[in-house]
Amino acid sequence: MSFLIALINGISLGSVYAIIALGYTMVYGIAKMLNFAHGDVIMVGGYLCFIAINSLGLPPLVGILLSVVGCTCLGIVVERAAYKPLRQAPSLAVLITAIGVSYFLQNSALLIWGADPKAFPSVVNFPSLKLLNGQLTINSITVVTVLTAAVVMVGLTLFTQRTKMGKAMRACSEDKGAAQLMGINVDTTISMVFAIGSGLAAIAGVLLCSAYPTLMPTTGSMPGIKAFTAAVFGGIGSIPGAALGGILLGVIEIMSKTYISTQLSDAIVFGVLIVVLLIRPAGLLGKETREKV
Amino acid sequence: MDFIRNMSKESRSNFITYAMVIVAFLIMQALSSMHAISSSMTGLLVPITAYICMSISLNLVVGVSGELSLGHAGFMSVGAFTGVVAAAALAGVVESTMLRLLLSIVIAGAAAAVAGILVGIPVMRLRGDYLAIVTLAFGEIIKNLLNNLYVGLDSRGLHFSMTDTATLGMDGGKVLVNGPQGAVGFPMISTFTAGFLLVMFTLFVVQNLIYSRSGRAIKAVRDNRIAAESVGIDTTKYRLMAFVVSAALAGMAGALYAQNYTAIVPKKFDFNTSILILVFVVLGGMGNIRGGILSAALLTILPEKLRFIGDYRMLMYAIVLILVMLFSNNAQVRMQVESVQDEISRRMDDQFEAQGSKGGDAR
Repeated sequence: MSFLIALINGISLGSVYAIIALGYTMVYGIAKMLNFAHGDVIMVGGYLCFIAINSLGLPPLVGILLSVVGCTCLGIVVERAAYKPLRQAPSLAVLITAIGVSYFLQNSALLIWGADPKAFPSVVNFPSLKLLNGQLTINSITVVTVLTAAVVMVGLTLFTQRTKMGKAMRACSEDKGAAQLMGINVDTTISMVFAIGSGLAAIAGVLLCSAYPTLMPTTGSMPGIKAFTAAVFGGIGSIPGAALGGILLGVIEIMSKTYISTQLSDAIVFGVLIVVLLIRPAGLLGKETREKV
Repeated sequence: MDFIRNMSKESRSNFITYAMVIVAFLIMQALSSMHAISSSMTGLLVPITAYICMSISLNLVVGVSGELSLGHAGFMSVGAFTGVVAAAALAGVVESTMLRLLLSIVIAGAAAAVAGILVGIPVMRLRGDYLAIVTLAFGEIIKNLLNNLYVGLDSRGLHFSMTDTATLGMDGGKVLVNGPQGAVGFPMISTFTAGFLLVMFTLFVVQNLIYSRSGRAIKAVRDNRIAAESVGIDTTKYRLMAFVVSAALAGMAGALYAQNYTAIVPKKFDFNTSILILVFVVLGGMGNIRGGILSAALLTILPEKLRFIGDYRMLMYAIVLILVMLFSNNAQVRMQVESVQDEISRRMDDQFEAQGSKGGDAR
């Protein structure tokens, strides 16, 4: 039974990682940059929802919506202000800028909301699920998290495969120059990807804070790093890869916390990542690119 | 100053770097002996030298070898903890603190080199962003392992454990490293002079490596791996060489850094510290050792100088970082800066030639 509980908790945590990893993987796929500020957008999303529910007294659903809209705008503003001028710059310069944005968001949050942890209110008010004659209790937030992740995955896959914008995104990630020649507005497409990624980060932020209800300016950084790892784990640039990587990472983390050692769980998670990358250097579902000479 | 003009371009550049470090050291030493700098600045002197060493050593991997490493602080922490333990173990044997510091730094460098080999062998199988993420992962693993490391010292020698202090099996003695609480209560034996000497040593190693046969091989692998391989360069060997040398130097800097305090925790050397050092390197210009030294010193002092704006200082730091990156990398801005730079260097060259011909006349 404890195995089943650990598995469910792992899938739930992994679903949050998967949603965050989607943001990383989409941005990487199209802009070829590691957006280190992504983890901090999660934190901003958490705070926006917290403010809406606690200070403004709005219902949870409105709070979530507000946080998604806020983060989407934030994503677009950050992209326009900090990343767009560096489109032609070397990738390390963009990486450092992203780190600067990450510091900026963390310290702004510190100034606005203070360093003391906030207790995040519950956004899900269903009773928890009882299965197998009450032997197995599943928190309502767990159910909501997994369902949300599933909806997001399916929605995003349909979006990229079926819509015109999705097609433009895939074209841009293949070859920006050729896409531009075909009449695709590359700048708008990249902004759109940042908007979607940041909106997803807001959802992930709310889910993360509901499951682990402490909110601090640094809340986003560790899940951000883990989700980034998950994106690489699954093969960066691939949407199903991010989903698979996220869920596997979550399950491995909770399993090693339950069965091996709480203190060493991070070492085990990263150890598994290293082993996977050594066997499959492009990640689980990543495309192996052959080098042409 | 004839000999400067007669040097090759590389030697002249090396010479300027050494001269810059020596002059900076002498000025700071003079100022601190006259008590002309604040106590908070005096406290920063050793950390600045340690960060300069970190910046130079990371430059070897990121700038010269062309690999993005996001776990450099991991090697610093290996060196820091090894150095502290080594210094404590040597306390009864070696009387002179200066010699003890030196030995602890050497041992720390060796330990970090071993860690560098262990990490480097798997890492060198990968490339690009995948290599970056694996160095990040190793940095986190090192932090996590050190968080669970317990070391004790008693009359029978050193004891190690990965669970808690009780399992160390000591009779009396002293716990040196206590898991997440880190190492506490060790003497502060690092000095600014030692830091300066370590900077000079690091510079010496890295600059001589860059301009050696191996250094040229490392740069060839960076510029075009396939072409380098096809002319018979063992790419893995040279990439690994840069990585391990860099790790060893980082370990030495770690030992220096740790022994400037009386307590040190593994959390100090996390991902953010790795990033901080990477920022030094990128801001100074990748592969540009002198730029890395300057940005390490300036960016360590900057938060201190921004203290007057209180809580806003880290925010200002972030804004300065973003603006510098925007201004130095935006194509339009850079073109203008470059045209000014060209103009300046053209004038300098003219002047140099004019002086050169004057010198020739005199002879």
